[in-house]
Amino acid sequence: MNLFLVLEQALNGLQLGVMLFLMAAGLTLVFGIMNLVNLAHGSFYMVGAYLATYFYQATGSYLLGVLLGLAGTLVVGIAVELVALRTLYEREHLDQVLATFGLILFFNELAAMIWGRAAIYTTLPDYLSGHVELFAGLRYPLYRLVIIAVGLAVAGLLWFVVARTRLGMLIRAGASNRAMVAALGVNVRRLYTLVFGFGAALAGLAGLMSGPIHVVQPGMGELILIEVFVVIVIGGIGSIRGALAGALIVGMADTLGRAFVRPMLATVLSTTAADTAGPALASMLIYLLMAIVLALKPQGLFPARS
Amino acid sequence: MRQKTPSTVAIGFAAALLAAGPALAQQKVKIGFITTLSGPQGVVGEYMRNSVELALDHLGRKMAGLDVEVIYGDDQVKPDVGKQVADEMLKKHQVDFVAGIIWSNVMLAVAPTVTDAGKFMIGTNAGPHELAGKMCNELFFTTSWQNDDTPEAMGKVMQDQGITDVYVMAPNYAAGKDMVNGFKRSYKGRIVDEVYTRLGQTDYQAELSQLRSKNPKAVFVFYPGGMGISFLRQYSEAGLRGQFPLYSVYTVDEISIPAVKHAALGQYETRYWSPDLKNPANQKYVADYRKKYGKMPVFYGAQSYDGILLIDSAVRAVKGKLSDKKGMVAAMKKADFASTRGKFSYNTNHFPIQNFYLLKTVTGPAGQDPVMEIQKTVFTNHKDSYAKECPMK
Repeated sequence: MNLFLVLEQALNGLQLGVMLFLMAAGLTLVFGIMNLVNLAHGSFYMVGAYLATYFYQATGSYLLGVLLGLAGTLVVGIAVELVALRTLYEREHLDQVLATFGLILFFNELAAMIWGRAAIYTTLPDYLSGHVELFAGLRYPLYRLVIIAVGLAVAGLLWFVVARTRLGMLIRAGASNRAMVAALGVNVRRLYTLVFGFGAALAGLAGLMSGPIHVVQPGMGELILIEVFVVIVIGGIGSIRGALAGALIVGMADTLGRAFVRPMLATVLSTTAADTAGPALASMLIYLLMAIVLALKPQGLFPARS
Repeated sequence: MRQKTPSTVAIGFAAALLAAGPALAQQKVKIGFITTLSGPQGVVGEYMRNSVELALDHLGRKMAGLDVEVIYGDDQVKPDVGKQVADEMLKKHQVDFVAGIIWSNVMLAVAPTVTDAGKFMIGTNAGPHELAGKMCNELFFTTSWQNDDTPEAMGKVMQDQGITDVYVMAPNYAAGKDMVNGFKRSYKGRIVDEVYTRLGQTDYQAELSQLRSKNPKAVFVFYPGGMGISFLRQYSEAGLRGQFPLYSVYTVDEISIPAVKHAALGQYETRYWSPDLKNPANQKYVADYRKKYGKMPVFYGAQSYDGILLIDSAVRAVKGKLSDKKGMVAAMKKADFASTRGKFSYNTNHFPIQNFYLLKTVTGPAGQDPVMEIQKTVFTNHKDSYAKECPMK
C-alpha cells in the first residue's frame, strides 16, 4: 500500500466528509434548537441541485447559477418553515416525522413534474474541470479540491457565527431555554425561521455541489440523508462540532472502507471470499461505527449540552 | 338432404357470432413494455420507448390488421418492481406479449413470470446466461445478444493486439459477472484486478484512486446507461484518460457521448450494431429516429425497434390469431423481418446468431457530437457459449 494512495483516498474521504457536514449542520441545528425532526432536509439538497442547474443553464454562468440556487433554496426553506413546520414545534416527534415525510413526497413529485423523472447530467465550466497534479504522479480532480475548500470555509464561518456573534449567542440561548429568551424580548419565532432557512441553504449548497459529481434527479436527497442521520447520531444531536467530527469520521470510514477492506481481507481470506465479503463489509462499516458509538457514548461524541 | 329451416339458419348464424366473439373482443394486440423510465438509468428507457413508438409508426400502428396497444412499465432497476409491473400487465391488462427489460437481474425475475403464464417474453436488451442455457424457454426470444458475446469480442480484440495487465471493472450484478466471464473467455493475458462496484453507483473516485495505484497497462470496463456517463466523466476528470487506455462494452454509446462529448473520443467498443451499419432497414430507422426525436438512436433503441418488428412478423404469420402460440413460435424462429442489424438467424435457444464489430468514437460533423463508426468485423455469425446447455432443439 503506497503512501500516495492513502493520501488520495484520504482526500476522497475528506471530500465526502465536508459534503455530509454541510447537510448535517442544518439538520442538527434544527433538531437541537427547535427540537424538530426534519426528514425533508434531503429535499432541500435536491431543490438546491435543481435550482442551480436550472439557473446555470438559463444564465450560462456557473457562479450566477450557484448564487441563485443558494438564494432560491433559502427562500424555499423559509417558506416551508412558515407554511408547514411552524405548526409542528409543539407536536410529538412522530407527528413531525409523518409530516416531513409527506414533504419529501411532495418535493419529489414536484421536481418530477417540473423537470421530469430522468436524471439531469450537469457539466462543469472549463475553469473547474480537469485535474491538478498535487505531487508527481498524484493527479486529483480540481472540482473535488474546490468542494473541500468550500466545505471547510463554511465550517469555519459557521463556527464564527455560532460562537462569536450576537446571532450565534441567541441561537445558543434559544436552544438552552426558549421561554427565557422570549421573555427577554427576542423574537424567537423569527430566529427559528432564520435558522431553518440557513440550514436549508446549507443543504442546498451540498446538493448543488454534488450535482456535477452525482446526477440531479428526484429523490436524490434521500440517498444521502441516511448517512447524514448516521453523522449526527455519531457526532451528537444539536452540536455543530459533533456534526463536523461525525461527518469527517463517516466520510473517511466509508471511503477508506470501500478502498481498503477488500485488499485487507484478501491477505487473510481467500480472494473469492474477500471479493464477496469485502464490498458487503465496506457498506456496513458506517452503521457498525454508529452502533459502537451508541453503545459507548449514547449521547454521541460531542453532545450539545453536557 | 332436408331443406334448412329459417330457425336452423338463425342458430347457425348465432353460433358463428359466438365463435367470432373472442376474436371480436381480441381486436387489439397488447404489448407490455418494461424498461427503466426513472432515475439516472431512465435515460436508457427513453430511447427504448421512442424506438417502440417509431416501430409502431412504421407499422401504421397495426399488426395483421389488428390495433396495437403498448402499455409501458417502469422497473426502477429493481427485480421486485419489474416482477410486480409484469404481474400487473399479465393480470390487469391481459397482455399477449411482454417485451423490453434493460437489466439482467430484472430479466431473471420477470422472464419466468411471463413464460409461466403462457405469454411471450421478448427481451430487447438483457441477455443473462441462465436464459440462454438451462433456463431457456420456448416462449422467450431476444432481439439483443447474450451478455457474454460483446465482451468476448472485445477480449478477442485486446488479445489480438497483445495487450496485457488489464484492470477490470463492472457493476456487481448478474450482467456484470457475465460480461467479465465473456471477456476472460477470449482474453488470456494477465488480469491485474477485478473490481465490482454497486449497481447504480454514481461516484467512482475511490475506485479510480485504487486503479491508479495498481498501474495497469489497460482498463476494461462495463458501465451501462447513467453509470457510464458518471464513470467516463470521472475517469477523465481524474486525469486517467491520458494514463491508461480504456476499453469498454456498453459504456460509450449514443447516450453517453452527448453527455461526455470529447471525453469519449478515440474510445473503442465492440457491438452487434452501429448507426452507420449499411442496410436499408437500419438507414431508415436511424434517419426517421433523428427526424422524429432530433437525436442519434442507440443500440438499446435498435433492439427495441427490432423487438416490435419480431412480434409483428409472428402476428402476421398467424394472421392475427393470437391464440396460435405454436404458429407464432415457429414464425419468430425464422427471424423473418427487416432487422436493423441486417439479416440474422436464431439459434436453438432463441438468441441471435449475428456479427460483432469493433467501433471507434470519432469526430462528428462540424459543430456536432462525436459519432461511432465501425472499424472492422470481429466475429461473423457468432453463437453464444450457452446454447448447448439449452434442452430445446
